[in-house]
Amino acid sequence: MNAFDLIRSAVKNSLRSKTRTILTVLSIFIGAFTLTLTSGVGTGINQYIDTTVASIGADDVITVTKAAEDGTDGPVEYDPTAVAVDSPNSPPGAPGFSLIALTTDDLDSIGAIDGVLSVQPQLSVSPDYVQVADGTAYEANVGSFIPGMELDLAAGAEPDAASSDYEVAVPVSFVTPLGFTDDAAALGAMLTLAITDVTGTQSELRATIVGVSEEGLAGSTAFTANKVLTEALYDAQSGGLSESSKDSYAQAVVRFDPTGAEADLTTLKSDLSDLGYTGTTVEDQIGSFKAVIDGIVLVLNAFAVIALLAAGFGIVNTLLMSVQERTREIGLMKAMGLGGGKIFGLFSLEAVFIGLMGSALGVGVGMLAGMGANAVLADTLLADLPGLTLVAFDPAALATIILVVMGLAFLAGTIPALRAARQDPIESLRYE
Amino acid sequence: MSIPVLAARDIHKSYGRGATRFDALKGVSVDIQQGESVAIVGKSGSGKSTLMHLLALLDNPTTGSVELSGRDASGLSGRVVNQTRNETFGFVFQQFFLTPNTSVLDNVTLPLQIAGIGGAERKRRGMAVLEQLDLADKARNKATDLSGGQKQRVVIARALVNNPSVIFADEPTGNLDSATGKVVEDILFSLQEEKGITLIIVTHDEDLAARCDRRVYIRDGLITDSLHAVPAATAATIATAQEVRA
Repeated sequence: MNAFDLIRSAVKNSLRSKTRTILTVLSIFIGAFTLTLTSGVGTGINQYIDTTVASIGADDVITVTKAAEDGTDGPVEYDPTAVAVDSPNSPPGAPGFSLIALTTDDLDSIGAIDGVLSVQPQLSVSPDYVQVADGTAYEANVGSFIPGMELDLAAGAEPDAASSDYEVAVPVSFVTPLGFTDDAAALGAMLTLAITDVTGTQSELRATIVGVSEEGLAGSTAFTANKVLTEALYDAQSGGLSESSKDSYAQAVVRFDPTGAEADLTTLKSDLSDLGYTGTTVEDQIGSFKAVIDGIVLVLNAFAVIALLAAGFGIVNTLLMSVQERTREIGLMKAMGLGGGKIFGLFSLEAVFIGLMGSALGVGVGMLAGMGANAVLADTLLADLPGLTLVAFDPAALATIILVVMGLAFLAGTIPALRAARQDPIESLRYE
Repeated sequence: MSIPVLAARDIHKSYGRGATRFDALKGVSVDIQQGESVAIVGKSGSGKSTLMHLLALLDNPTTGSVELSGRDASGLSGRVVNQTRNETFGFVFQQFFLTPNTSVLDNVTLPLQIAGIGGAERKRRGMAVLEQLDLADKARNKATDLSGGQKQRVVIARALVNNPSVIFADEPTGNLDSATGKVVEDILFSLQEEKGITLIIVTHDEDLAARCDRRVYIRDGLITDSLHAVPAATAATIATAQEVRA
């Protein structure tokens, strides 16, 4: 029997006892449907985290701080140099959080580490207010746009890091308060940022609004300024500071080659820690969060797999009945010279086909249900999390589900198929 | 004398072991020539079906050997045995063993499908053999919708479709009334005459056995008698008996 006939016969045989096959397909359907939804939720949430992560920072960036020696448990000894005196870059009011300020010397030594492409101090600026024309002034946070970072944009473009003009992206929640009718109307308008230095002198800077950013999970309610604007704000803020104060920073941003091996990054981090610095990538910051999501999805998937295991026994049962019913037919085919291997193939293909029907149906209906749920939830429960698609589908994951179910069906089919293959034709053809 | 197409050489066949051991055949030897029709006659439990199964290579003898055209079949691989059964043998059973809900044509072409022959060729050969048995108009019908005689003709068509050189028939008329049984017998014997197909018929029906060239009587696992039918021309010369001892 050639392969085509084998498949055709298996498909035909599986449809011979329709009620039985439909019931088995339904039990697989339930498992595959559940698995589709749970893995869809996993994909959806992880995609959301990924976009959020991209808006927090670039994937080729390490944030470097100089941590106080903290080798021992218990109270940390006082270190007179541990306080970044009157530096505008010290973390806002952090008693007990001893952070040694990075100086230009530190930046130079970090820059000399093998694998570091560039090092930039992270400038922290806190404007007094933002305002459009003569409208209401609002308090606001301003973050610096790091090249490689991706903003989740509602309109417009990301601030251009290379541009020499002042450019800024405003969070979507500020669009209406600042007096714009919609997101698009904000683009191209001038935003005034006011900042005060230590001596109390307030200066104003004007930047072009180039984009409107969505509010992500990590609370991107901050305005995003490009490099020149950040530097200009910093200069305005540092008026009246001594050079050493101005040139001491809480953090530096190190860029590395993201295409390199994972090992390179590990080496880079250990080089940093040898010199007494702590390097943290965005991945590190968000990784534990993803691990929790993955864990929950894994548990959900496990439940779906349990359902599929039960369905597997359904396949065993269905095919055993089928083998029993077709004892004579199997005996006849063996008498006519069909080998045991082909008989095995015939029944296991039948199992695989049942698995395919159940999983394809489950995945198809699961996708429809997921899209339906997305449409309903986006306007109700999840309205506060724009950009979150709760159930997202990854073609590779869906194909994996179908293949896994087919594999499971094959395994379940081996028991009846072996029984059929080993059947003695004389016994099968005996009558009386 | 030519090499027999099938031969049994002192075959024993027993089932079970120890106290439950049952000897179905206790030393049977028989030669079957190409084109011959042989009836294996005996009561149920006599071992006649076992002998047919062994000759048809469906089972292996406990001792002794079955020779296929002079070659010991025990030396053949499973694949060759399967191929021989598929291409050289045709089977007609008392029960029809037709696949329900499948067309007559598909039932008839099952051996060709097993042999791996393509759909178009299968259809051509299946229709040719159905034509031969006056069943061409039933090709599209479901096999289960036919009468008993028609079903047995489908079974013969299925046995014939591979152009076998030997047809094994186990009680081919057992399930049929005498009129349709006669028709089926006529078909089988005309195949033997016209195509030179060897017929091996297992039966307990004396009338059917009498139509064969040779009758092998089997009882309690042993051949008790072997009779040759006398050709019609010589029958007249022997007034008292229609058969001679072998």
